[in-house]
Amino acid sequence: MSDLDLLYSDVEDDLRSSVRNVLADHCDPAAVTAVYDGDRSGLDGLWKALAVDLGLAGLLVPEDRGGAGASAREAAVVLEELGRAAAPVPFLTSSVVATVLLLAAQTDLLPRLAAGTSTASLLVPLSTVPDGPLPSIRVGAGGRLTGTITSVAGALEADVLLVPVRTAAGIAVYAVDTAVAGVVPVVSLDMTRQLADVTLADAAGELVLGDAEHAIRRALEAGAALLASEQLGVARWCLDTTVAFLKERRQFGRALGGFQALKHRLADLYTGVESMNAAARHAAAALAAGDLDLPVATAVAQAYCSDLAVTAAEEAVQLHGGIGMTWEYPVHLYLKRAKADQIAFGTPDTHRARLGALIGLDS
Amino acid sequence: MNDDLPEELHRRVERFLAAHDPATTERLTWLRARFDAGLAWVSFPAGLGGLGLPQALQAEVDGLFDDAGAPDNRKKANGIGLGMAAPTILRFGTDAQKQRFLRPLWTGEEIWCQLFSEPGAGSDLAAVATRAVRDGDTWVVSGQKVWTSGAHHARFAILLARTNPDVPKHGGLTYFLCDMTDPGVDVRPLRQITGEAEFNEVFLTDVSIPDSHRLGAEGAGWKVANATLNNERVAIGGRAALRESGMIGEVVDTWRTNPQRRTPELHARLLGLWVEAEVARLTGQRLRQKLALGQPGPEGATMKLTFARLNQQLSGLELELLGEDGLRYSDWSMTRPDKVDMTGRDAGYRYLRARGNSIEGGTSEILRNIIAERLLGLPAEPRVDKDIPWKELPR
Repeated sequence: MSDLDLLYSDVEDDLRSSVRNVLADHCDPAAVTAVYDGDRSGLDGLWKALAVDLGLAGLLVPEDRGGAGASAREAAVVLEELGRAAAPVPFLTSSVVATVLLLAAQTDLLPRLAAGTSTASLLVPLSTVPDGPLPSIRVGAGGRLTGTITSVAGALEADVLLVPVRTAAGIAVYAVDTAVAGVVPVVSLDMTRQLADVTLADAAGELVLGDAEHAIRRALEAGAALLASEQLGVARWCLDTTVAFLKERRQFGRALGGFQALKHRLADLYTGVESMNAAARHAAAALAAGDLDLPVATAVAQAYCSDLAVTAAEEAVQLHGGIGMTWEYPVHLYLKRAKADQIAFGTPDTHRARLGALIGLDS
Repeated sequence: MNDDLPEELHRRVERFLAAHDPATTERLTWLRARFDAGLAWVSFPAGLGGLGLPQALQAEVDGLFDDAGAPDNRKKANGIGLGMAAPTILRFGTDAQKQRFLRPLWTGEEIWCQLFSEPGAGSDLAAVATRAVRDGDTWVVSGQKVWTSGAHHARFAILLARTNPDVPKHGGLTYFLCDMTDPGVDVRPLRQITGEAEFNEVFLTDVSIPDSHRLGAEGAGWKVANATLNNERVAIGGRAALRESGMIGEVVDTWRTNPQRRTPELHARLLGLWVEAEVARLTGQRLRQKLALGQPGPEGATMKLTFARLNQQLSGLELELLGEDGLRYSDWSMTRPDKVDMTGRDAGYRYLRARGNSIEGGTSEILRNIIAERLLGLPAEPRVDKDIPWKELPR
């Protein structure tokens, strides 16, 4: 456990502003809200601009395998910005989780993901804990796959599903073309990361990785570690927007932000968000460094950031007053994302229980 | 940061240790030599105990000296000197003041205390009423200070006094370095809820302070005091720490050694607080990385706020965890400890002492105002006394 660098490098700051510029052009809050009504037309070109034009899809892929050879620290910065915009893109599911899994395999799928010409999703429920039970699909004669997995994130955007399959030797991963799978969209709490129930019925699959359990858990661990940065982005948006609103909004002849009861709540929220920043940065740095402390760093970041992001979004709704309850004002996008993120990759209590075993604090 | 720096510093420490064996060198001689070698506080300038290096390297240097069995410079007894007086003297002092005060402060030969708060000036610190009147080259100071930790063994004090009652309160203050051995200084113990008297009341009656011991310009006391307070909040909330150090360490020890007391509810609370303590530790680490080259700003307020809340919650949990043993208290007799130790003594003491963490060094309520106004830019609290000369304020 060394003192990891918890700040941002100049390169990371540059990356942040590039991502923010693309989101400003392609990810208008009204267009994001429209996805709740099934209209994605306002987001045309968003994923291509991020994945291909900025090259974010290949961020975690080494250069000799067709990627940018960056680290989890940069991916975390991207996720902060995506969280800040509640952007409906499959970066976390495809460019982090599926990509980290495929780094362990020899497959031409990886360069395709890196190039952004293909998008993949690991076929597990979004709520799967990195060290929890792994659901798996059955494999029949001739490598045909059968079974149903519910509440999968990123499946709707994917053209390839990475399917955990239980074999005599353990858990293997097969690649399945989404065209041969039954992908049923779920009306989701967070439609900016819409889930799907996926059914495979005697579907053809290609073996990608034989003894894959370790790689699957590493991929989920990376997803959980970096989700904290997305949660940080969500919380920062909520804090910044609420502070700006309360400076403008006048009642009783003065700016609402001058009332001490509200100032103190915002001061507490700021303190919490600064703490999230340290926890999320630490998890990203531990992942980037391959630090042995990663499971503790991840569990701490998830246990803390999951709740704080929800608090930030709930405070944002409350402190905006009536407008915070409207469909038109974007704060609800962040509330829904924060609440769904709290459950994603394991709820905070799951991570605290995990931590108890890791640090020797038994019940 | 230059990558070779830690290694070069490492060699420098080893050369120093080779020439000054801690086992055979007299304590003060050794400490003075360490100061003169620039290895006391490495971020201070050369000639003043440092080498002008990043603050981030300090922990490493301290670790190397600790491993070599180096004598202690009374860190725990001189927290105010090291954490507050020294950085303020470094920033605002004259060359003569820096030369006179910094070395004996660092070696622990001269312990410092803080004469800021008064019965009528707590959260409203700028309202201090202690008067300093100029008489030629000296100032004559009279007034009453309170909540003065360690005044009973301090050689010097940082002092905030009113030099001009005719202007609004913030503008009439001046900052002094006060000799605690002056016959006009009367230190009386102030007993606290723990039973002991770590604090004091200090009565100043015609105390004489040479003008050469004024820190900063006449009337600039508020600005100088704020630099001290920002350092205080970093010092209180932002120490470099290992995982499970401080109050959380005490509670997990109690948990691990008392399996018979465990319940699922206490376990859940402990894990929640463990996470918060770890995040607070990381937040402090991140803040120190940010501040490595600069002066502490109001950001330290967030650490102090978190530190106070966690200490209180953790020490409260520890008593519950102890069950029947939590009903006992070690000793109510009036003692005068020579150091401030938040995690010292027993769990009952820790619980009571931690209540002060959200009062001392700026109450949590004042800190929230500071965060809201100075970090978030929200409107300031109404200040009815802002434009009124201090002497006309109702008291």
